[in-house]
Amino acid sequence: MTPTVIAWNRFGLGARPGAVAPADAKRWLIDQFDRYEARPPVIAAQATTAQAGAAFAEYRAERRAARRMATDAGPLDRSARMAMRVDGRDRYRDAIGARANAAIVSDTPFAERLVHFWANHFAVSAEKLAVVGLAGAFEFDAIRPHVLGSFGAMLGAVERHPAMLLYLDQAQSVGPGSRVGQRVAAGGKRKRGINENLAREILELHTLGVGSGYDQSDVTEFARALTGWTVAGIGGRANGDPGGFAFAPAMHEPGARTILGARYAQDGEAQADAVLAALAVHPATARHVATKLARHFVADTPPPALVTRIEQAFLESNGDLPTIYRALIDAPEAWAPMPAKFKTPWEWSISAMRGLGLREIAAQQFAGLQQQLGQPVWRPGAPAGYDDIAGRWAAPDALVRRVEAAERLVSRAPSTIDARERSQALFADSLSAATQQQLARAESAQQALALMLVSPEFLRR
Amino acid sequence: MLDRRTFVTTGAAAALSMGFAPRMSFASAATTKRFVFIIQRGAADGLGTLAPVGDPAFAGARGVLAQDFADAPRLDAMFALHPNLATVSGLYKGGEALFAHAVASPYRDRSHFDGQNVLESGGAAAYRIKDGWMNRLLGVLPRDQARAIAVAATVPLALRGSIDVASYAPSALPDASDDLLARVATLYAQDEQLHAIWQQATATRALTGDMAADDGRNAAATGALAARLIAPDNGARIAMIETGGWDTHAGQRGRLGAQLKGLDAMVGALKQGLGPLWAETMVLVATEFGRTVKVNGTQGTDHGTASAAMLLGGAVKGGRVIADWPGLGEAALYEGRDLNPTLGLDAFIAGAVAEHFAIDPVRTASALFPQSGKVARVEGLVRV
Repeated sequence: MTPTVIAWNRFGLGARPGAVAPADAKRWLIDQFDRYEARPPVIAAQATTAQAGAAFAEYRAERRAARRMATDAGPLDRSARMAMRVDGRDRYRDAIGARANAAIVSDTPFAERLVHFWANHFAVSAEKLAVVGLAGAFEFDAIRPHVLGSFGAMLGAVERHPAMLLYLDQAQSVGPGSRVGQRVAAGGKRKRGINENLAREILELHTLGVGSGYDQSDVTEFARALTGWTVAGIGGRANGDPGGFAFAPAMHEPGARTILGARYAQDGEAQADAVLAALAVHPATARHVATKLARHFVADTPPPALVTRIEQAFLESNGDLPTIYRALIDAPEAWAPMPAKFKTPWEWSISAMRGLGLREIAAQQFAGLQQQLGQPVWRPGAPAGYDDIAGRWAAPDALVRRVEAAERLVSRAPSTIDARERSQALFADSLSAATQQQLARAESAQQALALMLVSPEFLRR
Repeated sequence: MLDRRTFVTTGAAAALSMGFAPRMSFASAATTKRFVFIIQRGAADGLGTLAPVGDPAFAGARGVLAQDFADAPRLDAMFALHPNLATVSGLYKGGEALFAHAVASPYRDRSHFDGQNVLESGGAAAYRIKDGWMNRLLGVLPRDQARAIAVAATVPLALRGSIDVASYAPSALPDASDDLLARVATLYAQDEQLHAIWQQATATRALTGDMAADDGRNAAATGALAARLIAPDNGARIAMIETGGWDTHAGQRGRLGAQLKGLDAMVGALKQGLGPLWAETMVLVATEFGRTVKVNGTQGTDHGTASAAMLLGGAVKGGRVIADWPGLGEAALYEGRDLNPTLGLDAFIAGAVAEHFAIDPVRTASALFPQSGKVARVEGLVRV
């Protein structure tokens, strides 16, 4: 692959027809930082976190009311739940469409890729009812505005977002020594206490990485520090706009905490903030993030020297993301001419639509395609997100599905596209003679286009 | 009933009086005529469809591919129809099917893309003309008849042009899936990782013919759909159906047999769906070029030149084969390998549609195939 083709595919989301080869491929990538739009119109038109959160809070309030009022709460409860499902599903589908449509026309595809990377790093999963309607807003409001900021700022926004607080059960975590905790203990009512889930995943997945030296007491202490971080109108007694982040002092465990040997004596909300701030610049976090970035952009087993470069940039800049991205761009390992990554279903779909020159895709259709290809958007099923190694999807059935999908995509594309020319425009000199020959031999123009989309060159980056 | 010649005469006079009318309204009375073009993408083997079993060189050149015709009844002294074309054979017996053999467009090379471009644009060479001959046909029809639809998700070149054309595709259109799967195998042959994955994927999948992968049900559904689209009074008068899977480089006997079965089902469903309108209908079946006379090393055939075309429908003066047969002997072949073209597909199509819609044949030919020059047009294809 030439540097241009690498920039377009390994770093970007595939070329669109008419793309002009940049004079300087590295410059083209870095320049995107100035042009990136955090809220392009198609995304600005989606429900905000406040709107989606309020809808969920309202549903929870209705459910509580229904339970209080009726002796047999079943039917009322079920209908509210059904309405919430429908409402959330519509919002989820529309947000997937917005994400895809932003990506297929974007002229800052590297920045868009970074958004997708971070959304998967800080994964929430729409398999949980609370997350369905909020998953899009999570990415649009907590990831997009911070993708060119600092890792710490993004971390703070992500962990405060109602989608994350609800997904990882933080919203209802109560310190046993807090006012609420004491009252519950005295009343002998249903047990409420600490939930460690968010604290553990922050350490294991979002920052330090598994096996980096923290222990159970660090997890427990961090969970205590996080008590009181909740969602207004959902987690309990917290003031604020229903469905938005709130700190509930009455749920917060009093006292100083010790995490990874450091003491945090702050009061209230600031305590967990201080822990997050320390985690955001921790050497283990730098190593963890560097490894994931290198794996995502360069190779399933990333070259150690590349990881070290990115890690250094992270540490020297205290997690300044553009500095980190520049280190990735400047690393010679990232420009190895042989494609080393098999595209994820998302990357392949978006690059196929870009390659076909499509400007819009129906949300439902696109959501269905991702489901069929094995990676439904914002639904990884686990807080670790989707694996970034090819073994997970470069499998026989998945490949057949891509071929079938290619055929369907092509049937919706303009039938005027000549795959022989288009593939040259998208891959220039990087197209193998074998692929060129098969495209030229295809039975029809449409078939040639489908073959182009599933060619080895198009499947990899 | 109005005589066709009356139309032509009246039409010519009207055109003269109008000077350079952009749209030639030769027939002003409403018509019930329907026209369907079924394109066979991939170079359908005319010799395997309408076999010249009376040619002394046939059996020797065709080897294994001749076996399908061992017991096939002859249409005449020379030709036999593939046994999977049972419906079409019935039409022939009823005088509603006409075949043309050793027929070819002006294109003489062997690229599918370029060949289809010539077939659909109606040019003398690829990419000379931007719009399609079916769209230009709409231009010479009276306005009230100039409605066309592509039974496909997108409008194929033959229907593209200045006149708006509809398109409609249900999700269950027959596609070239199996052919595509077979080609993907070749595409991955040199890629270690993909080759291994693909082999596993296809190990459990039997690769059968496309249109008959489901015993022709998909193809029949498309035929029925096309009938629904053109049957209503306010529906389209002209339709185009795309079929793929005709590029039979290997294992042709099974693949072509399945393809023809699907085509036969499509035609049958179209006829059934049109009911009494079948009498007013003409269906053209044609491909971009034919295939080599000799069987290749993988029991298939490679890209050739002349092929066969069909006209089907109640409006067709059928029950015959039109062919100035060039012969299959070595010396008679085009470039020593292909069936030699002796009939221009352009002239055949122009003659057929002009008679069918009762429009001036000379002007029709020049509008549809402007680069063909003065070619003797084929006449008498339609019942008068």
